[in-house]
Amino acid sequence: MHIDWLHFTPWTSLLGGILLGISAAVLFLNSGRILGITGILEGVLAPKNADSTWRFAFLLGLFAAPLVAKFVLPAELIHAPRVDASWAMVIVAGLLVGYGTRWGAGCTSGHGICGLSRLSLRSLVATLSFMSTGFVTVFVIRHVL
Amino acid sequence: MQRVIEFLLGLVFGVGLLVSGMTDPGKVQAFLDVGGAWDPSLALVMGGGVMVGLLGFTWAKNKNRSFSGSALQWPEMTQIDKPLVLGSLMFGTGWGLAGFCPGPALVAMAAGNDKAMVFVLTMMAGMVLFERFKTRDN
Repeated sequence: MHIDWLHFTPWTSLLGGILLGISAAVLFLNSGRILGITGILEGVLAPKNADSTWRFAFLLGLFAAPLVAKFVLPAELIHAPRVDASWAMVIVAGLLVGYGTRWGAGCTSGHGICGLSRLSLRSLVATLSFMSTGFVTVFVIRHVL
Repeated sequence: MQRVIEFLLGLVFGVGLLVSGMTDPGKVQAFLDVGGAWDPSLALVMGGGVMVGLLGFTWAKNKNRSFSGSALQWPEMTQIDKPLVLGSLMFGTGWGLAGFCPGPALVAMAAGNDKAMVFVLTMMAGMVLFERFKTRDN
């Protein structure tokens, strides 16, 4: 292992993380809801009651982010997506992420940010689990195959 | 008014993802690539998020209701079981394969990235598949 200092972006990554934490904390304090993207998506795909409107509002805000960011932030602060994965890998990855996040009842936001912030052991186990296969998968596709 | 606040929180979350580097699968995979040129940046995303989150959720523990007057819906599940672990292991595999997790994929799709769009569609298909099979599974 060697650290790629050239591409290391401690300040913008920390700033981004703080924004994620603010959003998650304020959503819970204001609306009483856990900010979990998979839970929000699930609630929108299968709305059970009128209670789901907050999820639509949140998703609309999420979708507006690239456009707003383009106008208010300097271009060098925004990370444009670079996708190495082939179309086939993207499709397989999507299926695994969709099925896995429902099965494990959460993703990087719900378990990772909210769960760890609540000091939930259950979310810590989930986070360590998805981090571990994330590391292993990238190791395999980059250094084994 | 509540819907406006939630819209703004979604916006802040999306901008946070864009600024952090999470919406760039190349950066995500560089973070997960401990065997190569490792970019540790994204550890700071989690660090920053949890640092602020800890303050917010610790405050919430002493409150009975949210600011809007609704109940604080604390997650009730605490058990560490097979679905939690297997589902999370599966999610991590997909995350490593393409470098997208759900939130950043939605934002990258909104930014017009074609692979993010396909990822989001198959991710929703995966969610629907789970709903079909879960009665057999658990």
